[in-house]
Parts: sequence; structure tokens; C-alpha cells
Amino acid sequence: MDNSALPAGSDGIPGKIRTLLPARVHLDLPLLIALLLLCGYGLLVLFSAVDQDLDKLYRQLTRLGIAFAVMIVVAQVPPLKLRHWSLPLFGIGLVLLVGVLVIGEMGKGAQRWLNLGVVRFQPSEVLKIAVPMMLAWYLAERPLPPSGSRILGTVVLTTVPVLLIARQPDLGTALLVASTGMIVLFLAGLKWRLIAVLGIGAAALVPLLWYFMRPYQQRRILSFLNPEGDPFGTGYHIIQSKIAIGSGGVHGKGWLKGTQSHLEFLPERSTDFVFAILGEEFGLIGILVMLVIYLFIIVRGLYIATQAQDTYGRLLSGGLTLIFFVYLFVNAGMVTGLLPVVGIPLPLVSYGGTSLVTIMAGFGILMSIHTHRKLLPS
Amino acid sequence: MTARPRRRKRAERVERLGKRPSFMLRRRVLVGALGMLFLAVIASAFERQVMEKDFLRNEGERRHLRVCEIPARRGMISDRNGEPLAVSTPVATVWGDPRRLVEQPRMVRALAGALKVNGTKLMARLTAKRERAFLYLKRRIGPKETAAVKQVLEKHRLRGVGLESEYRRFYPSGEIFGHVIGFTDVDDRGIEGMELAYDSWLRAEPGKRRVIQDGRRRVVAEIERIKPPRHGRHLILSIDRRLQFLAYRELVRAVDKHRAVAASAVVLDVETGEVLAMVNQPAYNPNAKLSGRESARRNRALTDVMEPGSTVKPLVVAAALEAGLVGPRTPIDTNPGTLRVGPDMVRDIRNYGRLDTTGVITKSSNVGVVKLALRMRKAALWRLYDRLGFGRATGVKFPGETPGQLRHFRDWRPFEHATLAFGYGLSVTTLQLAQAYGVLAADGIKRPLSLLKLPEPPAAERILSATTARRVRTMLETVVSAKGTARLAAIEGYRVAGKTGTAKKAVRGGYSARRYQSVFAGMAPASRPRFVMVVMIDEPRGRHYYGGKVAAPVFAKVMEGALRLFNVPPDNPDATLLLAGVGDRR
Repeated sequence: MDNSALPAGSDGIPGKIRTLLPARVHLDLPLLIALLLLCGYGLLVLFSAVDQDLDKLYRQLTRLGIAFAVMIVVAQVPPLKLRHWSLPLFGIGLVLLVGVLVIGEMGKGAQRWLNLGVVRFQPSEVLKIAVPMMLAWYLAERPLPPSGSRILGTVVLTTVPVLLIARQPDLGTALLVASTGMIVLFLAGLKWRLIAVLGIGAAALVPLLWYFMRPYQQRRILSFLNPEGDPFGTGYHIIQSKIAIGSGGVHGKGWLKGTQSHLEFLPERSTDFVFAILGEEFGLIGILVMLVIYLFIIVRGLYIATQAQDTYGRLLSGGLTLIFFVYLFVNAGMVTGLLPVVGIPLPLVSYGGTSLVTIMAGFGILMSIHTHRKLLPS
Repeated sequence: MTARPRRRKRAERVERLGKRPSFMLRRRVLVGALGMLFLAVIASAFERQVMEKDFLRNEGERRHLRVCEIPARRGMISDRNGEPLAVSTPVATVWGDPRRLVEQPRMVRALAGALKVNGTKLMARLTAKRERAFLYLKRRIGPKETAAVKQVLEKHRLRGVGLESEYRRFYPSGEIFGHVIGFTDVDDRGIEGMELAYDSWLRAEPGKRRVIQDGRRRVVAEIERIKPPRHGRHLILSIDRRLQFLAYRELVRAVDKHRAVAASAVVLDVETGEVLAMVNQPAYNPNAKLSGRESARRNRALTDVMEPGSTVKPLVVAAALEAGLVGPRTPIDTNPGTLRVGPDMVRDIRNYGRLDTTGVITKSSNVGVVKLALRMRKAALWRLYDRLGFGRATGVKFPGETPGQLRHFRDWRPFEHATLAFGYGLSVTTLQLAQAYGVLAADGIKRPLSLLKLPEPPAAERILSATTARRVRTMLETVVSAKGTARLAAIEGYRVAGKTGTAKKAVRGGYSARRYQSVFAGMAPASRPRFVMVVMIDEPRGRHYYGGKVAAPVFAKVMEGALRLFNVPPDNPDATLLLAGVGDRR
């Protein structure tokens, strides 16, 4: 196995710790520890973001508990079974997406929710897992690199759910799911020439995309380019977020001491803009610490991908890890003013439960792939 | 059978996958791209937190630090006894954040109840403005409603609603004091009347404080008090509220009864020069200042002039007495009731025949008074008018006061010497006429007038000898007697001195034959006057228009009330006999 390209080195768990885990339990300890660290750190920031509302903190703790439970359960499922479920899960996801357009519930001007009596959830979340699983299964059916028809098939398989999600409308999630398709294709070995062509084509499509955007989406782009143009309207989020982060400085104002956030200048401070609270209260140092944890998780995920023993596992674990990175990058980029405002939460830190479960299920899949390997004698 | 080699082939490819150069490159590109994007996020954070830190911190402070006003209370205006006439009461303005409120319809309904507005309409307003973050729900609500709103906010934990406190000016006496007090604008500045004249005295200076506010403009904490608020000072008027009410009531009655266009009345305290009452018709309510007509807002008693007519005759007589030209009993022949002065003619209503000086006043003979005036030098008559205050502002500090008109004697045409003696060719305000009669009442002493309560009587100036003043007063008592023109001015138990006037109104090209100004100027008790009062009724259009019929009754009612209110001892024990006598002769 060649893993020189990745800095994580060997599967460096000392034997003693490995023995702490019962042999039958399929968990990846480095990943688990990093995730726990991240969630713990996130709760600390969130506690400040929700104005020390213990009720909300407990609710988030409960969701984290559920999410970790889901991850542990998924990690016990052998990759072979996951592979068998890929197609049905994708099918169910599509049915749910159509269902949400027909009988879904409105919330904040978009039709994203499906009420199943007991739980209300967003079917688009299912697709975040189902699409990479489906594509990994589809591409792993035939030898890589994929043939032209496979590429076309992949594009179709991605486009259908993306369009359905965009109809809700939920541009952020649609873009995320679309990027999923591109990432898996890239990992599958799409020819560089084709990547270049697709890239240029996408760039050419941007002006066309503009006409398909709703006015509020166009305003977001414009206010990203010039936030001071409408400081109390659409530019407000960007300006307030920059102010909150910037006023934190290198060292931060201290936990629970951020003024911009607590005086309610910062909108959506417990959800999409929680990163700004981190910046204001913990400063650049706090941001770096959090990014290091994220980086570790991503590197570990990519390492798992390189260690995967089949194409399906490799594509899926690589894809899931990169999607996680895209999440992080889009959110942190938005909050620091690098990217326009797209309503995407900071993974594992923002308040709210739906995406939490999806992400942790993804890490469950990673653990499953890694721990069900048949170790060969070297 | 075919499945086996196929599977093996695939397995071989999978084995080689990681080692294929294309995939090695792919990994490096991937890792490189990830690293660069991470660095981009870090660089972006670095830019905000290190390079732009000071600028952004400053921007943040600009948003949450705010200097705001501490409201201050404008000074109260009260009458001479401390009764409030203009008061600033704390009121609150309620604003809300439609974006939040539209999501709390039940609580908005509760809030509407506290604000006493229609809940459905309020919700509709909020929904229409749902994109905005700030909307006034109701401005200037009273203390009761404020308490109710606060209760609702606490009970329902309603978010997105705020209260701002300020002061609002109220005028408890409404239109009765409207002209004197005036009013203020929304910024609490005096615009009319005493509110304007004493604005700097009354004005409050709001304080300033630096506060921390949150994103919804609520004040979270006070950091520093930059300037304490300075409340306005208390202004005490000379006016007696009870007397003002009485005067207003009687004036309104007279205006209604005689269908007059306008009217004014002034009561002065003879001993101090203080104005005790000053009322006009038409009037307006300063609490709803936009409702009335502009013309209704004039304090006519000192902004509008009249030709005083016969009411100046006692002054001419006083000048003649002072000059030693005549005594009270000096005979004056008014036959045949007309008198030629150059090309012009002076007329009496009828031929009064042979009168004496007193009789000229009693009967109000134009011929008689002109004969007296023509025996005086122009300068002597002018000097008296001038010193009595005609043609000059009275000195009360009041915006819009007019000085009236009295031309210098050098500019007089020959006939003016005559007409000025019976009150034409000059113009005076009601207040000026009261001031002149005040000199007769105060035994010849002139005191500056005041609309403010005075701690002690002001410095005075002698204009007539006490003897002259008393003699004229004695003559004026005959006017109110059975023989005179103003029997209706009589008051039971008191001796009253006064003079009627019925002046034709000047119109374009001369004098109107139908439009009059009916005046009565008088004082009581005549033996030692305490009050002077002038009543002017503009254009009475009923059956009567003589001052004695129209203005004198108002005088009697108000003066009687004033004497009672101020406990002035009666000086006429034979009152019942006198009145019986009046009744007999009628």
C-alpha cells in the first residue's frame, strides 16, 4: 500500500489503545477522538451563541448523542451491505424529494420539509449520503477510469436530485449535492482534459445561471461583491459577520464576552454564523485551533480512502470526506467574507440536528470501510 | 464461466489503481487544492483579525455605542395661584420590529388591546411592513397605556417591541387660555404666546448619555452620563384662572347673544399693573392647535386695534382739568348739537343743550368734548395720549403685540384735533385702553403692565394729579348712573365708574354706517378702584350695538365676580336703593 502522498502516516494507533476497543466493535479511534474534540469545542462556542440557554444546549447535546449513535450503528454495517443499499437508498431519496415538492411543508419561503408524523426532516439531507453512495456503486461497477457513457450516466444521476432540490428552492444544498457528483467523478479518474472542458463549460454557464437565480439569490451575490451597497439589507449579514470576526483580533474577547454577537447585531449567530462567534470570542488562535481539528478529520478521512480495499470504498470514503471539507470551506469562507452568503451551517458545530445526523452517518460509513478491511500480511 | 476472468481482470486494475501515475498526480492536486483552500480561509480570517482589526472594531463600536438624549421636562406655566395651565407630562412612544411581530399574532393582539388600537388593523400594518425592522406602533401614549403595554411585554415575553419616553405638552384649560399661553411645536419649542415669549425660561435642555445598545436598538447599559438634563423653569402668570374662566364665559355669551364677529376683554389689577384676565373670541384649543382657523389664534386684546371712540373723552376732560381750563361744573353749551370745524361738522346724536363738564361725559357729547379739546393746544392733548401709552407697546412681553397708532401732533390736520377728542384718527388695543383707564383708577399713576405675577408693585410714574383722576372718576360714575349711557354696568354694593364707546368701523373710503365696535371701559370700586376692565365687542349684529347695551353687561358680570373673588369690601351701602331707583326710572 502506498500512502506517501498523504501526511497522516501509518494507521498509528498504539496497540494498547487498540485493545481498549472490543475487537468486534468497528470504530476508528483517531477519527472518533477528533470528532468528539470538535463537537466539544463546538458546544463551547454554541453555549455562547445561544446566550447560555441551557435548554438549547441540552437539545443540541441530545442531537449529538443521536448522531453519534447513528455513526456507531452505521460503522458496524459491513461495506458490502452498504453497497447493496446504495441503489435502494438513492431511489427512496428521489421519491422523498418528489414527495416534498408535492406535499412538503413550507418554512422560510421554501418547501423543504417532510412531516412524517413523528419527525419532520429534509429529504435533501438523505441525498447528501445517497448520491455519493449511488455514484460510488455505479462507477465501481465497471473498471476505472470511467467510460464516456458512465460519465454521462453519472452526470444524469447527479443532475436529477440536484434539480429537484433546486426547485424547493434550496440552492445551497443543491450546489453541495452537485459538488458531490463532481468530486466522485474526479476521484474516479476523470480525464484532465475532460475536467478542463467541464470547468470552462461551468464558467461559461455562470452568466446563464444568473438568470435562473431568484432575486434574493442575485442580491446575495451582489452584496458579496459590494456589501456596503446595502448595509441594512442583504449586505447586513456580511458586514456584521466581518465586524464580529475582526473585532476578536488575535486573542479574542474571551468566552461569552463577544459584544457584536450578544447584542444581537450578528444574525443567525447560533446557526450559519456561529463561526463568527468563534472568531470574536476566541480570536485568530481559536479559529486556527478549530481548523486544525477539521484538518485532522479530513486528513484522516482521506487516509481511510487510500487504505480502502475496493473501488467502492475508495470512492465513497474519499467523496464523503471531500464533501465534509466543502461544507466547512463554504461556511467558513462565507463567514470570513471570502465567499457569498449561502445558507450552509458549520458542520458539527452549528445549532440544529438534521445535517448533524447525515454527517455522522457519513463518518460511520468511513469507519465501516476502514475497520472491515481484511488485513493482508505485508 | 466468463464471470471469473472478468472479475480477476477488474481486481488487477484495482490493485494497480493507487500506483497509476494519473492517480498519483490526482492525489497531489487534491491535497494541494485542499491545502490552498484551507490557507485561503486562514488568510481571510487573518485579514479580518489582524489587518482590518482596528477598522472593524471601530465599526462595531459605532454600532453598539450610541449617544442618546435624556429627556427633560419643559417648565410648567401656572396662573397666579399655582393652578397648572401648561404642563409637560411623560408619554411613551411604542415601536416594534415587524419582522419579529408578524410571527407572534396572538401577542400582537394582546399588545393592540393595551394600546387601544384595532388588533386586526395593527397586524395588517405589520404584515404590510414585514420587510422592515422598525415601525412606530403608536406615538405618545399616556401613563396608563404605558403601564398596560409594559405588562403585556412582561407577561408574553414579546420580543421586538420597544418604548421610548418623551414629554408631551398639555393645556388643561384648553381654549380659555389658548391665546395667552400659546403652544409649542413637536420639538418642544414655543411657537405662540407666552410659550414663545418666555421660551428660554421654560425650555428644557435634554441631557446626553452614552449607552450600549443592541441590534434592536434597545439600550442595554449606560456607560457614561455626558450631560445631565436641565429641566425648564416654572413660569407664574399674573392671570387668575377663576377670573379668566368667568371672563371667557361672559364674553362667549355676549358674542353669541349679539352675533358678534370677535371680542376681547382685559382685567387689570390697578395696584400692581398685573393682567388678571385676558380673553378673546374667537378662540382655539392649543391641545388641538391644527383644528382652528389661523385667525382664531390671535390674542386680539393686544394684536388687534380699534378706534377707541367715546372711551377717550374722559382722557380729554382729564387733560382739560389738568391744564386748569375748566372745572367739573364749568358750563359747556352744546347747542345746536352740531359744531362746524373748518369744512367739517361734528355731530351729537341729539341736541343735549347746555351741559357742564361732567354732563359732557355723562351724555357722551361729541360737540362738548371737541369744544374742550379745541381750547387746548394740540401738544397738550397729544402729550397726554402719548404718556398714557397710546401708540406704544405696553411693555408686556408678548409676541405680536401691536403699538397701535397715534400720529405726532405736528402732522395733525386741523380736523384731527377735533376727531381725536372723540376717539377717531387713532387706534389702540384693548390692553392699551385698559392701561389708560388704569391711570385714572390709580389716582393718576401709571404702572407698567405685566403678564407675570410680580413679587411687589413695580416702579410707577405720575401722569395726572390725584385730584384730576378722582374728579374724572366721579364724572365716570355718572355714566353708570340712571342718567348715563351704561346703566347696565352697575354692580350691587359697589360704586362703578366707566365709559361706553360705540365706534364706527373704518372701511375703505370712510366709516361704515352699520359696522360698529362696542366698548366699555370701567373700574370698581369707584371710591378706590381695585380693578380696571375693558370689554370690546367687534361688530355686534343683533338689535343692540351701543357699548352700554352690548359691552357694559359683560363688564358688570365679570367685575362683580372679580370683586367677590378678591374679597374687595363694598363701597356702596345703598346699593339696593340705587337699583330700585334705576328700576323706577326705566
